[in-house]
Amino acid sequence: MAATMVGADEHIPIRGEDDIVAARQCARALAKRLGFGLLDQSRIATAVSELTRNVVRYAATGDAYIRPLEGAPRGTGIEIVVADRGPGIADVELAMRDGYSSGTGLGMGLPGTRRLVDEMEIDTAPGRGTTVTIRKWNRKRNR
Amino acid sequence: MARVPIIKVGETLIATVQDELRDSDALTLQTELSAAVERTGARGVLLDLSAVETVDSFLGRLLGEVAASTRLLGAVTVITGIQPAVAITLVELGLELKGVRTALNPEKGMALLRRLQRLQRLQGEENARLLPARAGSRNGRNDGRR
Ligand SMILES: Nc1ncnc2c1ncn2[C@@H]1O[C@H](COP(=O)(O)OP(=O)(O)OP(=O)(O)O)[C@@H](O)[C@H]1O
Ligand SMILES: [Mg+2]
Repeated sequence: MAATMVGADEHIPIRGEDDIVAARQCARALAKRLGFGLLDQSRIATAVSELTRNVVRYAATGDAYIRPLEGAPRGTGIEIVVADRGPGIADVELAMRDGYSSGTGLGMGLPGTRRLVDEMEIDTAPGRGTTVTIRKWNRKRNR
Repeated sequence: MARVPIIKVGETLIATVQDELRDSDALTLQTELSAAVERTGARGVLLDLSAVETVDSFLGRLLGEVAASTRLLGAVTVITGIQPAVAITLVELGLELKGVRTALNPEKGMALLRRLQRLQRLQGEENARLLPARAGSRNGRNDGRR
């Protein structure tokens, strides 16, 4: 593979709603540079918007890390880690259910995000915080 | 930043989102649209999202609420210019914008609004014509029931 720089790791501190926009724009820009199509760019930006909004809403502050996955067995991809030290999620299975919200949301954020990406892991514990990792692979390039 | 201007053309309010919307911008737009419908008595709202690249569950829900609340105020809302990628993402996310009328572009949106407004007027006239008759028959049949 040609040694082109497609972007180094990005770190976006999440402190408020402006950062939701910043994080999703950053993820979209990297996805675009990596050759993802418009639909995947939209899926990735929307997933990041959901996860970072959950940080603002439930944990107040946190961090988003966005990086390319290259030379991996599955080809080019993007990985986004959204981490906070908020209250954590007591019942992840429940939180992943369509329509479950502890607040006034639609409860579509987490289950919807799962449908938009290829891989999703949630590491959380009450009182410790929540880290959600999502990955999406560029199928077009893998062929 | 990202304030959305609302202009009135005839009986229709037109709002074109030109920037990435923060949550607070979206909430402001929602309140201002309702206020503008009430103030101007507009019968239609055209909300153009051609420049919007990302619609997540927050904005998706808000669009549904805009359509519902303007309807209660007597105006039909048509959302135009939703990009194909955004539409597919919304469905995958689990939001289908049920009850939200959409059109491909502002031109088609205006045409749809005209049709809907004509329909509304016809229904209004129909109701006005039937109302005295209905009221009369109700008095006759359901006397004392209601
Ligand atoms: N970072 C987080 N920290 C603590 N709790 C969280 C976090 N993310 C999600 N949750 C919990 O998981 C639930 C489900 O989250 P999800 O994003 O699916 O729905 P929501 O945020 O309630 O509504 P929506 O995203 O549709 O507006 C939330 O109501 C909340 O209780
Ligand atoms: Mg959420």
